[in-house]
Amino acid sequence: MFDSLSDKLQSAFAGLRGKGKLTEADIDVAMRAIRLSLLEADVNMGVVRQFTKAIGERAKGAEVMQSLTPDQQVVKIVNEELTSLMGQANVGMPTSPRPPTVVLMAGLQGSGKTTCCAKLARHYAQQGRAPMLVACDVHRPAAAQQLAVLGEQVGVPVYREDGTDAVGIASRGIAEAKAKVRDLVIVDTAGRTVIDEAMMDELVRVRDAVKPTAVVLVLDAMTGQTAVEVATAFQEAVQFDGAILTKLDGDARGGAALSVRATTGRPIYFVGTGEKVEALEPFHPDRMASRILGMGDVLSLIERAQQTVDVDDARAMEKKILGGGMTLEDFANQLKQVRKMGPVGQLLGMMPGFGKMKQLKDVEVDEKQLDRVQAIISSMTPSERRRPEIINGSRRQRIAAGSGTTVQEVNQLLAQFKQMRKLMKRFGKGGLPPIPGT
Amino acid sequence: MSESDDDRAVWAELFGLEAPPSEEDQAPRRRGLLGRLRENLSRPRQTISPQLAGIFAPRLITEDVWDELEEALIVADCGVDASLALVEELREQAGEGRITNGTELAGALAAAVGRQMAPDPPRIPLTASPTVILVVGVNGSGKTTSVGKLAHRLSELGQKVVIGAADTFRAAAIDQLAVWADRSGAQLVRQAPGADPGAVAFDAVSSAKARGADVVLVDTAGRLQTQRNLMEELRKVAAVVGKADPGAPHETLLVLDSTTGQNGLSQARLFGEAVPLTGVVLTKLDGTAKGGIAVAISRELGTPIKLAGVGEKLEDLRPFDARVYAQAIFSAPE
Ligand SMILES: Nc1nc2c(ncn2[C@@H]2O[C@H](COP(=O)(O)OP(=O)(O)OP(=O)(O)O)[C@@H](O)[C@H]2O)c(=O)[nH]1
Ligand SMILES: [Mg+2]
Repeated sequence: MFDSLSDKLQSAFAGLRGKGKLTEADIDVAMRAIRLSLLEADVNMGVVRQFTKAIGERAKGAEVMQSLTPDQQVVKIVNEELTSLMGQANVGMPTSPRPPTVVLMAGLQGSGKTTCCAKLARHYAQQGRAPMLVACDVHRPAAAQQLAVLGEQVGVPVYREDGTDAVGIASRGIAEAKAKVRDLVIVDTAGRTVIDEAMMDELVRVRDAVKPTAVVLVLDAMTGQTAVEVATAFQEAVQFDGAILTKLDGDARGGAALSVRATTGRPIYFVGTGEKVEALEPFHPDRMASRILGMGDVLSLIERAQQTVDVDDARAMEKKILGGGMTLEDFANQLKQVRKMGPVGQLLGMMPGFGKMKQLKDVEVDEKQLDRVQAIISSMTPSERRRPEIINGSRRQRIAAGSGTTVQEVNQLLAQFKQMRKLMKRFGKGGLPPIPGT
Repeated sequence: MSESDDDRAVWAELFGLEAPPSEEDQAPRRRGLLGRLRENLSRPRQTISPQLAGIFAPRLITEDVWDELEEALIVADCGVDASLALVEELREQAGEGRITNGTELAGALAAAVGRQMAPDPPRIPLTASPTVILVVGVNGSGKTTSVGKLAHRLSELGQKVVIGAADTFRAAAIDQLAVWADRSGAQLVRQAPGADPGAVAFDAVSSAKARGADVVLVDTAGRLQTQRNLMEELRKVAAVVGKADPGAPHETLLVLDSTTGQNGLSQARLFGEAVPLTGVVLTKLDGTAKGGIAVAISRELGTPIKLAGVGEKLEDLRPFDARVYAQAIFSAPE
């Protein structure tokens, strides 16, 4: 499907490897990749424009231009900016100091309002609150019935009436909640498009009747460019306080979250991750940022690499590897460094390109196998490690015995190493990124 | 000429039915969807993007126009690839001197989009008896409402309709459909909530055959295209329908919310892998969204757009007219 941003940046920078310092034009190429990636994630065009401008300025600073891994640096900057835009931490839904807390749900048709009502009720009931649901969707057939069924599922009372007076139902629902000493009232409303003036007006009147502690916009994670128009219109009409992003259990990248946040400044309280009433989770800005960029956990990988890899060493090594001059000693060192970052299987899973590949999903990197490789190499003499060509039959037998492996395994390693060295040399010429230790 | 006579002729054409008597000529028919979309587009919030009016102004085309057009297409949710391809196509035409000013550009764009989305006027021929139409899509896209509206149009044209309530999962989905069946005068085949959707679909088709009904509409539960077990369930529903009546389903429609962004492609692709799609119903076009992802879908997958949803009332469904859509969506309001 979509290439993740880091894949895009990697290919944008691929031709530049070994060329030395980056130029501003190189950064512009990267900015284009970022623009495309955000647009493919459904971030609104206007937001993308502002965002890439800010990133571009930062990326032209020294930290990227001089970097050994400019693609990773750019990804890091993008993520930092994105996370700060999304908010640093989860913001909770406000509660009223004078109960009941009243929450008014609003959104487009089919965005997931009614389901969210039940999810919220269940969530807060579990925290010891006493919620009540009020069914104010008087327009869609069987909407109140839907809420009633869901209310029963989560064991929360539902206030409903026949008739089409949403405002009246809302006020009477609040009164009922007060009479029954419920401390949280969640008011479901009909879905509406923002250009339906009569319907937007109804929502305003419902809001004025229930005086909510929080107005919550329920937004489908699959929403495209129109998310901005929708969010601004709801903001103008009812000044929503925060949002819930639904249907995140699918494969939508969810750029709408960024659009809403950037244009209205409102936080996202929760995300919906399934049809069942328990599928509600607090919103994590950082996770959302990586999801929009399609970066998997590449960021934590970059962080770990930075903690464990010495930059000067790495630079020297890269040169050596690409020149085809890598020895078994270098290889063992590389392997050790990579393994310091964590189990290799886990590292692979964190690479955006890999995580996505079906064929690789079930591949389990055999850590024991890697142990044996390290044992074989340490049973060699220094000169054998530097010049594997000299390893003849009797040396192979000695190495196998010393490392507790078989001659066959030693043969295999030597063959693979030879192959790899050839490959690296070719990468060095073609400018493809080397993956150390694999 | 009343609007409803006009509509009836258009629907009769879609279903390949004898047109009801009317002295209608072709031209006013188009007003249905266009009028509706125009009405929405002319509202202040609906201005597509401020620069569009500029692009289609009757002045000569400049180099900037192409970037602006690309942006406008992306803002309409056509996606980067489809937008670039469209711009490229039009640019070539301009290079050959076939487009020189904004007015011609608007026309050429509408034509290009139209060709892509529905090369021929959409048809849902009712040749089998009964003709079985399976309605699928993600959660909240508007399946149930579309089924209700379709039933209404079919009944109006004298067709005997059976609706199968195969969304047995969502709370009160069956009650919702029952209201629509009642409004449209269709017969509802239902089982208890939680029942096997395949069994409901089978029942619906068998009962339609027994009663000599003309059309069976099968409403299915919303599901995200990435949910493997639910997609497998959908495949089974289609297979069971085929057992009840070889050759069925004759029509499988994907209901796509026009507010959907790039995920729409994944929807069309994965739903199509589970149950081969014969068309798309593009819903909620009465809102702020342009539904451009349907352009990308028809371009990538060749699935034609057959119906457009333009409101919540029984009448608010139209046979999709790609040229009219493209004109209304991509041209500046007069
Ligand atoms: N997969 C998934 N489905 C969801 C989620 N939230 C809601 N849904 C489904 O989306 C559909 C629409 O949800 P509703 O809660 O009825 O949406 P609504 O906004 O109340 O819809 P209207 O009242 O018709 O405007 C239903 O099929 C829900 O089961 C979610 O987080 N994930
Ligand atoms: Mg609802």
